[in-house]
Order: sequence, then structure tokens, then C-alpha cells
Amino acid sequence: MEIDTVLWSRLVTGLTLTFHVIFATVGVGVPLMIAIAEFVGIRKKDHHYILMAKRWTRGFIISVAVGVVTGTAIALQLALVWPNFMQLAGNVVALPLFMEVFAFFFEAIFLGIYLYTWDRFRSPYTHWLLTIPIVLGASMSAFFITSVNGFMNQPEGFVMEAGHFVAVNPIEAMFNTATPSKVFHVLSSAYMTGAALLAGIAAYVLLKKGPSVYYKKALKLMMGAVLIFGLLTAVAGDMSAKFLAAHQPEKLAAAEWHFETESGADLVLLGWLNAEREIMGAFHIPKALSFLAFGDFNAEVTGLNEFPLDEQPPLIVHYLFDAMAGIGFVIPAIAALYFLFLIWKRRNELNKWLLRGILLCAPLAFLAIELGWFYAEVGRQPWILRGYMRVEEAATTSPSIRILFFVFLLLYIVLGTLCVIVLRRLFRNNPAEAELDKLLEEKRDKASGKGEPA
Amino acid sequence: MISYELIGITVLWLFLFGYLIVASIDYGAGFFAFYARMTKQDHLLNRLISRYLSPVWEITNVFLVFFYVGIVGFFPDTAYYYGSALLVPGSIAVVLLAIRGSFYAFENYGSKENVLYLFLYGASGLLIPASLSVALTLSEGGFIVKEGNAVFLAYKTLFTSPLSWSIVALALVSVLFISGTFLAFYASRAGDRSALNLMRTYALFWSTPTIIAALTAFIYLSQHNERHFQNMMDLWWLLALSIGFFMVAMWLLYNGRRYGLAFICVMLQFFCAFFAYGIGHYPYILDPFITIQGGATTEATGIALVMAFVGGLCLLIPSLILVFRLFLFDADYVKGNK
Repeated sequence: MEIDTVLWSRLVTGLTLTFHVIFATVGVGVPLMIAIAEFVGIRKKDHHYILMAKRWTRGFIISVAVGVVTGTAIALQLALVWPNFMQLAGNVVALPLFMEVFAFFFEAIFLGIYLYTWDRFRSPYTHWLLTIPIVLGASMSAFFITSVNGFMNQPEGFVMEAGHFVAVNPIEAMFNTATPSKVFHVLSSAYMTGAALLAGIAAYVLLKKGPSVYYKKALKLMMGAVLIFGLLTAVAGDMSAKFLAAHQPEKLAAAEWHFETESGADLVLLGWLNAEREIMGAFHIPKALSFLAFGDFNAEVTGLNEFPLDEQPPLIVHYLFDAMAGIGFVIPAIAALYFLFLIWKRRNELNKWLLRGILLCAPLAFLAIELGWFYAEVGRQPWILRGYMRVEEAATTSPSIRILFFVFLLLYIVLGTLCVIVLRRLFRNNPAEAELDKLLEEKRDKASGKGEPA
Repeated sequence: MISYELIGITVLWLFLFGYLIVASIDYGAGFFAFYARMTKQDHLLNRLISRYLSPVWEITNVFLVFFYVGIVGFFPDTAYYYGSALLVPGSIAVVLLAIRGSFYAFENYGSKENVLYLFLYGASGLLIPASLSVALTLSEGGFIVKEGNAVFLAYKTLFTSPLSWSIVALALVSVLFISGTFLAFYASRAGDRSALNLMRTYALFWSTPTIIAALTAFIYLSQHNERHFQNMMDLWWLLALSIGFFMVAMWLLYNGRRYGLAFICVMLQFFCAFFAYGIGHYPYILDPFITIQGGATTEATGIALVMAFVGGLCLLIPSLILVFRLFLFDADYVKGNK
């Protein structure tokens, strides 16, 4: 019975986070793209980009609402589902949690202002300036909340005495060893995903309705962002792997199915395990794991067998890791191909197959984010606070948690469906070209209105 | 030097008060929008409500999360007791908040026309305050049972207690009263006569139940928690001030002038009562399990939180002023010219 409620608690939290992370990623990634588009638009005096910022914002706000709602849910669930964890760790992680709310508050305020003040200021740059606190707020909340997760992986900044934390240093806990690589990876991948999403939409319309100036511009702008942030994400991923090798070797070993400690360790791709935990049908890249982990082909990599059996993460994380890393290579590669075609005039960058590839990148990017988080979270099982508290000690004991799983499942299905319906309704019968004409007409009216004597 | 835990609880109490006001406006508006629709007066209200509430609904939500994260941060024991006991009512509140939050996102795109959605919007406006007020009832003690390491909510005691029902009733009617007064003020700023008349009627109508519910809750509190009641009686002057502000607000509303002042008086009325209630609760957060001193977090975290709080306020207050200037005190915006 006890194990049962623990499993249901994990499922409830996993469900909420899986759903939330989609909207959280959009919430961090898209504002930067909006800011870029509006800036380019003002700079070049090009209405296409201004319209891009407007249309993206309109869609963005809907996903923000769902993000806020699910974010509130996860905030409350932290204490409702994991009361023992919060009682213990609250002493240390309260600071970043608190700051996260501040950052979010800040973003919420300026988002409200940004939305309702188009054309209210004399200089267009004043309105654009409002995007800065939005982008900053979104990225700061990602930073703070990721540092909490970093703490759970790498608890630092306290001394444990008789089941209580003493000599707590909240700043040290916030800037734990896991924080830098985690934050870097979270931010770069969120920006990449935001750009991939918007590029995918542009590719979709281009595929469906043929060439259009507006969507070509959107595609080019966003592919640039995908390329830059895709490369940064790869760098961040490498940093994360090096962090794991040094500080959480069991997680890396589980992902790589690396059982025996050895120097010059192979990198194992895909494959499966037989009953004796032997790897079958996998690709081995000699000595690559040592190089990835320590930057040295002959470095010694700790194997999973060094850890007691009940402290080993489940071995399924191998597939999560491989799929995430695979997607992480595919997306920047497609972006690079796009620019290659664009510069090398003999190929058409609006090639049907390339556009299909770009379209596919949008769901793939989100999939990679989910897989990455699954890997990060499942990979630290059985711990909730690595080395200090196991998951089963932290969960609620209330049997109602089982019913609540289905309540929340239903809620997220309804929210997700509504979100899709509303977004479709918003853009389906409102093509960008028609809106652009309307925008220009309004501008003209305003200009001629000003010309008349009062 | 005041101890950090005392600063913490004061700040949190202020935030809860802030939430009480901004959320009441929001929740009451939901009910009024639905009621107006049913009585075919919605054309008077809808624009008024959406014009003020759309830019600020997210801010309202943050107030709640802020308080929640703050209390768990300053007093981690609350996470354990309330978290364990409130799993079910807390989750219900989350679902209700979700329905409501999504309304604002979807409202511009057709959901407002939908009666079912408007009903959910109105109903959640009443159910959320009711479900959140359960936490206040619990803090009075006697509803949470601890057996060994497990903490339970005594549902039967809770549902049969006149105190819990009177607190729910107070939450409901004060939401409508606060919201009515604010929207009357906003209508008067917008120069919208017909909406003003309607909101003024609502505000006047809900004032009497508010004061009756407050008295009822007070009487039941005296039977449930003698100590808390006595503490509050010692703060009689705060309660008297509260009633004084209420009378001034009523007089202004009745005579139909100075709606801004009337709303400020209503805020002060609740401020005095809310702080009398809070101070009277001292030193308990959850009677008898958590006290302010015993349940506080480690000193380093507490001080860091207070500092983060001060820093955060330096950012927030100017931003909030900016929002209010743009959406509340900008006459052109309120009138719908922008």
C-alpha cells in the first residue's frame, strides 16, 4: 500500500511536469523571438516583422495562460504531494523558489503592459523596451527553478545533523555545482525550441500555401535562431555530460550502460540488454565516452557496478538519453542545411523536403525537451534529494492521490484540447497577408488623420 | 531588532491581504458577469470587467503563489501539516484556478459567448474563495489530527462545524462586496452611468450580509477558540476602526459620490479586521502544532528571504505603479479610447 501511494505520487508529479514543461519552454523561448522580431521590424522599418511580433504574441499569450495554470498546480503540488520533502528541503530551497515567483511576477506585469499598449507610445522603441523585462523575467524564473532542481541532484550548502539541516547557506545551495550546466542547457534548448516551433509554423504555411514574403522572412529569421541556439545547446549538453561524469557518475553510467569502471571507455549507441545485462546489437564508438566525459580518450570512467544495486537508476534511461542527444544533432544539422542551400544558390532553400524537415523539427524539439527531463529525473532515482532522502520517504501517505491522478489527467486533457482549438481558430481564418493589409491601412488612416487641420 | 520570523509573518500577512483584495475583485466580477448575463444586463458590464481584469489577472494569480511559496519558505512545517491535510481540498482549488485562468486566455476568442463557460467562470469565482478559506478554518485548530507520523484532515468535524461554514459564508459575501465597490468605482471613472448604477446596487446589497457574516464568524470563533477570541477582544480598537470605515464607505455609496474614497474605506475596513484577526492568532500559525518561533526556517534562509523580499519589492512596486497608471488611472484607457 505504501509503495502504491509513492508510485501514484510520482505519476501525479510526472504528469503535471510533462504537461507544464511544454508551456514553460514556450514561455521561456518565444518571448526572445518576439523581441528579436519586433526589434528587426523597427530597425528595418519593415511591417512584416512587426506583424510577426504581434501574431506570435497573440498565440504566445494563450500558451502563457496554460503555463501559469499548470505552474500554479506544480507549485501547490510540491507541498501537497511531497509534504516531507518540503518540510526538510524548504529550509534550503525556499530562497530560489521565492525569487522565482518574483521573476514571474515581474514578467507577468510587463506582459500585461506589453499586450495592451501596442501603439500607445510615441517612439516604437518604448514598446519594444517592454520585451526586455519579459525576456529577462522568463529566463530568470527558468534559472531559479532549475537551480532548485540542481539542488535536488547535487545537494550542497548545509550540514545534516540528526535528520535536520543545520549551518544552512542558501546562496551556496542555489549556486550548487549542478546549477551552471543545467541552467545553460535549459535556456539554450528552450530558445532553440521556441525558434524551431516558429520556424516549423512558417514551413507549414509555405508547404501548404506556397511562397509568401511574410513566411519566408519568418522562416529565415527563425532558422538563424535555431542554428545559433542549436549549437549552443550542443555545447551545453557536452558541459552537462562532463558535469555528470565528475559529480553524478551513476547517472551517466546508467545512460551509457557503462557497467565496469575502465579507462578508454566506449560510447554505446542504442542496442538492448539480455538477461545477464550484456549489451546486444549496439554501435560502439571506441574510447568516445572517455573523451566526452573528460576530454581525454584514455580517462577512467566510473561504472555502474561501483554502486549498490538499490542506488542504481533504471537502465531504460539509456534510450531517453540517446534519443535526446540524437535530436540535438539533427535540428542544428537541418538549420545548417537550410543556410547552405540559401547561400549556395544552386539549390532552392524552399525545397519541399527541406521544409518538411523543418516542420518536423518543431515536434522533435519538444520531444527532446521531454526526453531530456525524463532522463534527468528518472536518472536520479531512487533519490529525491540525492544522497539524503529517498523518494518513498518524501511522498504523501494519503490514498486519495490515486483519484487525483485521474482528476489532473482529465484537467490537462481538457486544457490541452481547448488550447489547440483556440489557437487554430485564432490563425486559421486570419492569414498574415490580410492582416498586413489591414495594418497598413490603419497606419495610412492615422497618418492622413494627423494631416488634417484640427 | 525584530526577529526575522516576525518580519516574515507580517510580510506574508500583508501579501495575503493583497491577494484578498485583488482576488475578490476578480472572483466577484466572475459572479457578477454571470448574474448580469442571466438577468440580461450583461451588455452593461462585460466591457468594463474585461477592460480592467484582462491586463491584471496574471498578477492576481502571482499574489497567491507568492504567499504560498513564502509561507512554505519561512515556515517549512506548514508544508508538512497543511500539505498532508489539504491534499484533496488543495487539489480542488488547483482545478478551479485552472478553469478560471484559462477563461482569461480564451475569453477574447469566443468563450465569452458560451453560457456554460460563463457559468464555470462565475461558479469558480465563488468556489475558489470557499475552498481557500478552508485553510483559515484549519488554522484555528481541532480539524487536523496527527496519528504517529501521519497527518489527517478530520472531514466530519470540519463539515459539521458552524465555524467553518460561517468562515465560508464570510469569504463569499465579502468577495461580492469588495468586488461590487471596486467595479462601481471603475465604472464611475469610466463615466459609465448605467454600469455604475448597477454596480452600486450590488455593492449596497452585499454590504449587510458582509457585516452579519463577520459577526457570526466572530461569535463562532469565540466558542471554538477562546484564546484567539480573547486576543482579538484586546484589539477592540482595531475592530472598532474597521466598523468605522465600513460606515463611511456605506454613507459614500449610499449618497453616490466619491467612489474612489468609498473603495479605499472598504480596503481599510478589511485591513483592520484582517490584522486584528492575524495579530490575535499570534503566536500560532496552526493551533497547536506550529508556532511562529517553533516552526520558522533556519536563520540564514530566513534572513536571505527577507533580503530577497526587499530587493523584489524595489522591482515590483514601481512596476505595479506603472500598471495602475496605465490601466486604472489613465482616464482615456478606462473610458475605452485606447
